[in-house]
Amino acid sequence: MSTVWGLYNYWIVIFLMMTGFYIVIARRNLVKKVIGLNIFQIAVFLLYITMGKVEEGTAPILPARDFQTGAELPAYSNPLPSVLILTAIVVGIATTALALALIVRIQEAYGTIEEDEILARDREG
Amino acid sequence: MIQAIDILVLALLACTAVSVVRMRSLWAAVMLTGIYSFLGAGWMLVLDAPDVAFTEASVGAGIATILMLSTLALTSTEMKRPAASPVFPLLIVGVTGAALCYGTLDMPHFGDPNSPIHQHVAPEYLKDAVPTVHQKELKVGIGNIVTTVLASYRGYDTLGETVVIFTAGLGVLLLLQGPRKAGGSDGREEGAP
Repeated sequence: MSTVWGLYNYWIVIFLMMTGFYIVIARRNLVKKVIGLNIFQIAVFLLYITMGKVEEGTAPILPARDFQTGAELPAYSNPLPSVLILTAIVVGIATTALALALIVRIQEAYGTIEEDEILARDREG
Repeated sequence: MIQAIDILVLALLACTAVSVVRMRSLWAAVMLTGIYSFLGAGWMLVLDAPDVAFTEASVGAGIATILMLSTLALTSTEMKRPAASPVFPLLIVGVTGAALCYGTLDMPHFGDPNSPIHQHVAPEYLKDAVPTVHQKELKVGIGNIVTTVLASYRGYDTLGETVVIFTAGLGVLLLLQGPRKAGGSDGREEGAP
C-alpha cells in the first residue's frame, strides 16, 4: 500500500503524458496536435517538480518557518528541479509559438490544417 | 491533508486531459488546456515550487492560450472527425505507458528525503545560501534559492534561454511576414492587394 501511495503521483503524471502522446498521434488536426504536445510538456514539468518535493519541507525561500507557529521547519524542498523547469517552460512557449506560426503559414498555403487533406494535396502535386 | 489535495488536483488534471482528447471544438479544447495549465500550476504550488507555479500560470496558462486562440482566429475552430481507428494509437500509448510505469517501480517514493536527487548537488547550493551559526556571511545573499541558482550560478543558461526566445520570435516574425510579401506573385491569391 505504501508503494501505491509513494508512486501514485508518478503514475498519474505518466497517464497525463500518455494522454498528450495519444492526441499527437491519433488526431489529424495540427492545432490539436500542438495542444497534445502542450499537455505532454506540462506533464513532464510536473514529473520533475514532484521529484523535488521533500516531506515536511517548504519552498526554498529563506527563512523556513511555519506560518502559524513561527517554528523553524526542518527542510527545504529541492530547488534544482524548479530551476530546470523554469528554463523549460520558457523554451516550451518559444517552440509552441513557432509551431503555431507554422500552422498559420500552412493554412495560408494549403487552405486547411487537417493533416490528411494536406497530404492528399501534396500527392496531387 | 497534502495527500488529499494531491489526489484531488491529480484527478482534476486527468479529467481535464481526457476531456481535451474527446473535445471536437478546438476553441473549447484550447480553453481546457488553459485550465489544465492552471491546475498544474496549483499543484506545483503544493509541491513547494512557487516560482515555477507563477511562471506556469502566466506563461503556460496565459500566453500559450492567447497564442492558440489567435491561431484559431486565423485558421478554423472545428476539427474534422478522426478518420483512422483509435486502436493502433491506443496500443502504442498503452505499451509506452506500461514501460514507463514499470520504470517507476524502482524510483524513490514521493517526498522521500533520502532519495538520490536530494543527496548530491542541491545540498551544496543550500549550504551556500542558508545562514548557519558558523557562517553568517553568505556567498550570494538572495533570499530565494531558486533565484540564486538561476541568476547567479547558472546565469549563462538564462542568457542561452533568452537567445532561444529571440530566435523563436525572429522565426515567428519571418514566417508570418513571408506570405504577405509573396502574396502578389502567388497564383492562388490573385484577389489580394
